[in-house]
Amino acid sequence: MQREYKLLNFDWLTIIIFLLLVGFGWLNIISASHVGEINDYFDMDQPYGKQSVFILFTLALIVLILALDAKFYERFASIIYVVSILSLVGLFIFGKNVNGATAWYGIGGMTLQPSEFAKFATSLAVAKYMSDLQTNMKTFKDQAKTMALIVLPAILILLQNDAGSTVVYAAFFFVFYREGLQQIYLVIAVFLIVLAVLALKFNVVIASAVAAIIIFGHHFFGQRKRPQLIQPIAIVIACIAVSFGIKYFYSSILQPHQKDRISLWLRLEKDPIKLHEMKQTILYNLNESEKAISSGGLTGKGFLQGTRTTGKFVPEQHTDYIFSTVGEEWGFLGSSFVVILFVGLLLRILYLAELQKSTFSRVYGYCVASIFFIHFLINIGMVMGLIPTIGIPLPFFSYGGSGLWAYTILLFIFIKLDSNRINEW
Amino acid sequence: MRKLLLISVIVAVGVIFIARLFYLQVYNEDPYSLYEDNAIRKVFDYPKRGYIFDRNGKLLVANQPSYDVMFIPREVKPLDTLEFCNLLKITKEDFIKFYDKAYRYSPRLPSVFIPQLSRMEYAVLQEKIRKYEGFYIQKRSLRDYQTTIGANVLGDIGEVNNYIIENDPYYKSGDLIGKQGVELSYEEVLRGVKGIKFIQKDRFNRDIGPYKDGIYDTLPQPGKDITITIDSELQEYGELLMRHKHGGIIAIEPSSGEIISMVSAPSYNPNLLVGRQRSRNFSKLYTDTIAKPLFDRSLKAQYPPGSPFKVLSALIGLQEKVVTTEDQFTCRHGYYLGNRRLTGCHSHASPLSMNQGIAQSCNAYFVNVYRRIIDKYPKPAEGMDVWSNHVKSFGLGDYLGYDLKIGNKGRIPDAAFYDKWYGKNRWSSTYNISNSIGQGEVETTPIQLANMVAAIANRGYYYTPHIIKNIEGAPIDEKYTTRNYTTIDKEHFEPVVQGMFDVYNTGTAYNLQVPGIEICGKTGTAENFMNINGKRTQLTDHSIFVAFAPKDNPKIAIAVFVENGYWGSRFAGRIASLMIEKYIKGEVTMTSMENWILTHSLEDEYAKPYSGKEFGINRQSALQVIDKITKDTVVNPTSTRPSSFNQ
Repeated sequence: MQREYKLLNFDWLTIIIFLLLVGFGWLNIISASHVGEINDYFDMDQPYGKQSVFILFTLALIVLILALDAKFYERFASIIYVVSILSLVGLFIFGKNVNGATAWYGIGGMTLQPSEFAKFATSLAVAKYMSDLQTNMKTFKDQAKTMALIVLPAILILLQNDAGSTVVYAAFFFVFYREGLQQIYLVIAVFLIVLAVLALKFNVVIASAVAAIIIFGHHFFGQRKRPQLIQPIAIVIACIAVSFGIKYFYSSILQPHQKDRISLWLRLEKDPIKLHEMKQTILYNLNESEKAISSGGLTGKGFLQGTRTTGKFVPEQHTDYIFSTVGEEWGFLGSSFVVILFVGLLLRILYLAELQKSTFSRVYGYCVASIFFIHFLINIGMVMGLIPTIGIPLPFFSYGGSGLWAYTILLFIFIKLDSNRINEW
Repeated sequence: MRKLLLISVIVAVGVIFIARLFYLQVYNEDPYSLYEDNAIRKVFDYPKRGYIFDRNGKLLVANQPSYDVMFIPREVKPLDTLEFCNLLKITKEDFIKFYDKAYRYSPRLPSVFIPQLSRMEYAVLQEKIRKYEGFYIQKRSLRDYQTTIGANVLGDIGEVNNYIIENDPYYKSGDLIGKQGVELSYEEVLRGVKGIKFIQKDRFNRDIGPYKDGIYDTLPQPGKDITITIDSELQEYGELLMRHKHGGIIAIEPSSGEIISMVSAPSYNPNLLVGRQRSRNFSKLYTDTIAKPLFDRSLKAQYPPGSPFKVLSALIGLQEKVVTTEDQFTCRHGYYLGNRRLTGCHSHASPLSMNQGIAQSCNAYFVNVYRRIIDKYPKPAEGMDVWSNHVKSFGLGDYLGYDLKIGNKGRIPDAAFYDKWYGKNRWSSTYNISNSIGQGEVETTPIQLANMVAAIANRGYYYTPHIIKNIEGAPIDEKYTTRNYTTIDKEHFEPVVQGMFDVYNTGTAYNLQVPGIEICGKTGTAENFMNINGKRTQLTDHSIFVAFAPKDNPKIAIAVFVENGYWGSRFAGRIASLMIEKYIKGEVTMTSMENWILTHSLEDEYAKPYSGKEFGINRQSALQVIDKITKDTVVNPTSTRPSSFNQ
């Protein structure tokens, strides 16, 4: 009796959006990866065939996740986190190198990417720690401790040379903010981004000057008390230091390809010959993907009819660049539909998260929404040329078993937690 | 409040993404076109261009294969330029020049890199072209002329220009199109419809297979063969006779309006305008502003017709009943108004009636007739319009409507013309009596004159002249098989025809008789002027002759125009008689007449205005005699440059 009650309690809207995304993603993977005739949708020699199998596994996985007791995830959060960290460490010994990143375990013919699974493990750990009665997210000590939980896997992943996946961990900022991180951090974050863009686009002096004027202005006119001098001067010196730091980071620490991507994004390269060369090489993917999307027009060329998709003009089209297939074959209507599906999913998760009675469920829901959001923002932004190239997949859409499973686990744990909301008090 | 941060960021990003998609896919994008998609290779399959046969079934124009190196600038990848240039025998500068030019035209559409490779060059390149991304070889078909005559009739084909490409979606850069003559007139018939294959490429420029299994592909439709009305033997003979002369010959079959011969001199060998040398040769022909070999004098040259026009005055006089065949007029070596001589005349018997008026080409006779026509009506303006309408009914004064794309309207004045010139009602018949004898304001083109003769030969109607005989057996446009009646009643033609017959029997063409053929003709000698160094200078008269033969059931009507040839009977008359004999008998028996034409040149005459030498009008003491021309004599078509043509 109680079991049936729980089943009805699943948030079916989220599940429907999930199924739509996976199904539509699968169609586009077929388009982007098929060569010649499609005889067998489970052809294991073809990416789309593999994806079919991955999806079947996923369905089984969902049943398993929903079948487990909701309290299991909270109780075992720490263990799951530790196992996940160990699997990341293990990569340094057993890892398989693909495209320069040592981010995979090879098991038989399959590969498994532990960094994808680390996302839900970290989310569980963060939720667990934040929901502890002892924890007060307004204190610096607890903020630092939670931060450590996040930075640990992030650093491990960065060391495997998978910078893209590392960026995803920035998502937890939204969780921190929701749970009581001081307003000043948000200001500082926005300020740093502006400072970075100014420092790179113009130069350190201008960046520092602009920063200084804003801060002085704020201090002299914004405060009723007698203005202090020492604090703003310290901040300005910090600004200058940070500007130089950013410049140094850009020119000395970033790898050349990362540097080029940022340089193109901020239009830093002025030499037309060099620029042309860069467009031919670094921007090739982006050019082709933008062209494919543009050529789709309002209604697209139709399923399997995209000429640029069929001609494999966009490299990695079935993985990171899958959205360009949507753009070409389904046009503005189809790609807007995908954007709306994602926005709908994210808002639905946030809505549900706010309804949760337990802090654990709420924090976890926030983690899920934030992680999906970062993927959505970076992947589609990159494919359309709004954001410098960062190679991370589009959840549920991009080809890949590890990703699909990891995102499914991430989402369905939350659906399970949510369905148990009625039993919380 | 803290809840709102992530929510608002998500919504903002969603809106930005959809705006960006809208910009990329809807706002910023031209409508999708398969032709412009560089993921699809477009391979054109050019059909065989239709052959051209003469009226007797002789093949005049066939085809030969040619190979163009084409390229799409945007798809060209870095290559070994040196090797490539050596292969094509061009310099690196040429390479850059061609590339830049094509890039400016369009970076994504194919342009011609090197047109019309020889078979040898093609054989070498065919193996290696795959190495050079963005380049490919397009097979086309060039014209292969089976003859050296009829350049103005047959015309030529050349690459389409940008204007046509922009205005006609059928043509793509590098396509060939008819430029002149029947190639231009019957372009759509001759060219057929090219086929196209759409081939899906991958990003390495490799073909994957037909796009959508070839549902958009089309097969080429071969061009149709056409038969033209030209008699190539007569055409060749006409061109031979016209060597070293400037002018035109038009011969028409009166019973059908078919153009049997259309000679414009000087002409050129049509083979000059084939292949890679085409543009170089074309510009040489084009820039010869003295001989103007590209100017089709038979269709475009507008001259005063001179005396042949008198027969129209006679016909109109009879139709308007202002003169009978018996009425006689006196000629005192010209026409006098009171004591003022308005026009001169040569010596002949006087007074004379219509028959002898025509035969002797008496100016005074026709001025009298003309004045009677105009003055029949209360106002000269009315009479002028009546006269003008009669003349225009012979196809003069406007485009004839034949199926060649060039021509001139000629000029037949009417009352409005003189009202504008002198003021309304401020003129009378004496102001423009020169019209009666084909001078003054009257101007015609050779083909109009020939058509006028055909109408007289038919005793009152003509068929619109045309060059097309049939298109693979299909009947031709009805327009060319419908009679156009003149405003002159049939019975008035007989006396005039008799007069023209007597031109040969007793009159000005007495010396030009052809044994066994009854020819009706009319000589003409037209004054003409040229602007030399800002001074209006009179040149030697044009020699004009019109004729038809035989007198009954005429087979040929002909007009010959020889610039500055003086008497009508001197050059034009001889040439007309020879052409008539050649056409009707199939051979020429009058060898002395033929020899005279082939050994006399007018080149000296044509050089006079440019040589700066003084010259007297019509006072040529000795004609320029040259070695006899034969069919095989190589004649340089241009007057200014010695033979520097690239064959």
